[in-house]
Amino acid sequence: MTAVLKKVVDNERMVDNDREGQRFRVARKAFVSKEILERERANIFDKVWLFLGHESELNKPGDFLTRSVGGRTLLFTRDAKNRFHALLNTCPHRGARVCRERSGNAKSFQCFYHGWVFGLDGSLRDMPGKESYPEGFAERPTSSLQPVPKFDSLRGFCFVSFNPNVESLSDYLGNAKEYLEVVADHAEAGLTVVGGTQEYSIRANWKLLAENSFDGYHAAVNHATYLEYLKSTTGGLVPIQLVGHARDLGNGHGVVEYKAPWGRPVAQWIPAWGDDGKKRIDAIFDKLVAKHGTERAERIAHYNRNLHIFPNLVINDIMALTIRTFHPSEPDFMSVNAWALAPKDEDPKDRSSRLFNFLEFLGPGGFATPDDIEALEQCQDGFKNMAEVPWNDISKGLAKETPSFDDEAQMRGYWTEWNRRMYGA
Amino acid sequence: MTATATLQNVTRADVEDFLFAEADLIDNWKLPEWLELFTDDAHYYVPSTDVDPEAAPDNNLFYIADDRFRLGERVKRLMKRTAHVEFPHSKVRHIVGNVRILERNGDELKISTAFIAHRTKNAVTDVYFGTGIYRLVVRDGKMAIREKRSILASDGLRQQGRVSFIL
Ligand code: FES
Ligand SMILES: [Fe+2]
Repeated sequence: MTAVLKKVVDNERMVDNDREGQRFRVARKAFVSKEILERERANIFDKVWLFLGHESELNKPGDFLTRSVGGRTLLFTRDAKNRFHALLNTCPHRGARVCRERSGNAKSFQCFYHGWVFGLDGSLRDMPGKESYPEGFAERPTSSLQPVPKFDSLRGFCFVSFNPNVESLSDYLGNAKEYLEVVADHAEAGLTVVGGTQEYSIRANWKLLAENSFDGYHAAVNHATYLEYLKSTTGGLVPIQLVGHARDLGNGHGVVEYKAPWGRPVAQWIPAWGDDGKKRIDAIFDKLVAKHGTERAERIAHYNRNLHIFPNLVINDIMALTIRTFHPSEPDFMSVNAWALAPKDEDPKDRSSRLFNFLEFLGPGGFATPDDIEALEQCQDGFKNMAEVPWNDISKGLAKETPSFDDEAQMRGYWTEWNRRMYGA
Repeated sequence: MTATATLQNVTRADVEDFLFAEADLIDNWKLPEWLELFTDDAHYYVPSTDVDPEAAPDNNLFYIADDRFRLGERVKRLMKRTAHVEFPHSKVRHIVGNVRILERNGDELKISTAFIAHRTKNAVTDVYFGTGIYRLVVRDGKMAIREKRSILASDGLRQQGRVSFIL
């Protein structure tokens, strides 16, 4: 039965790129089928680079955290020599989850089942009843907590891959790398993840969130109440129109980059932050100019970016700086994690307005994200009518040479890569 | 509660009456009336669940950290048809229990509660539960909320996905 279903899926077209008809469509089946999710696990999540975390989450030697990535449960550690390790959190003995805490600081990890002890680098240090094992047993590579096949980082952003033959992280990120660097350049002192994770879920297919994360088209309608709120804030906003462009970055990555009227702690002042705030924001901007030159400083400070790195990492460099990643557990259910990033040496007042800003728009209690969640869930619900209404249309801006931030070019790039990885098309 | 209530003579029963009435306003989506329970310098917090329950929002990412202005804007938003997540309004019921007066300090009472709220929308029901910490003031014989902190006991919002109504 499964084999038959697989075949049906294989032979069906999920992406309809009809150049002559000026139409780009995606089959709604791609959002509801269990077969397709299984295939996505094999062809995408098991093959590409996936975001694990940020180095600043492990501040000192001995720090660790546990996290689910790509269907695995991982243990992310920083050892005494400040080396980072991404380990599969399962005991090589008989399977138990070795570290059961969400984060902390440790010298070693002892499995609570039979008591094997592992170092922060995963190596087996000790076990009860050692004398019953042959000599050299502990030194066998298979006796350690297993590292993920591939682990690498770029400017503090740490990635893993479960594909031993994956291309280098740098090649994988491709054109998206430069945007990640713009983000990393916010602060000379480096960025840190602020305490507190927003952990939530959405009863919708994970790809709906990927699309939504760099969809400039929906803001005016879906987030009308947020825009109305902005207008009523003290002193209002700066008179800047929402304008910018969208880019398909290749490899499925995409970005929208645009100017917007809201305040950016790096570094666009709004009247609500007062004269004092203006001095600080000016100083941050001057520092950026001194380090990067006017052009790049302008770009860092005055442009917003919603960067999507295939398949499930979103960096929002908007009224706050956020990392968001999401993983499917069912075709219609995903778990989402979101963090706030900030300059390590940020003034407490700016840190506070940054976080105040973050919550205004983003997250499950914000003035905007809950409406995104509702939209995604209502799309998923709408797909129940898929037999009669089988296609999503993402043709907006198809004929334009330079697609606008509210066109759908970046989404077409995403789907083209998805299709290539799934069906070699 | 009698009109002559003061910080010193408010009883737990008075506090319970006040909190039950608050829950009733929330459950019936009478949010503008609910907002009137708050002082002008009030705050409403829902911390993320992996920070210290007493953490400050200046340096920690919360789910909600509203000052009085933004709380007013939240209420305005939630009463609009264009607050899509709450249109039509979800059905909500709060149970507030284990009410204790923890401190009487200066002009303030510190109260703790246990809360359970059920929310139904689109035929899906979610449960929100945790601890409520209130800082109440008594003014002109009436209680008012200076701070409400709803500390979720669940692991994040892994099932619920949003905290779009008032906890
Ligand atoms: S399963 Fe871990 S020591 Fe046996
Ligand atoms: Fe949105």
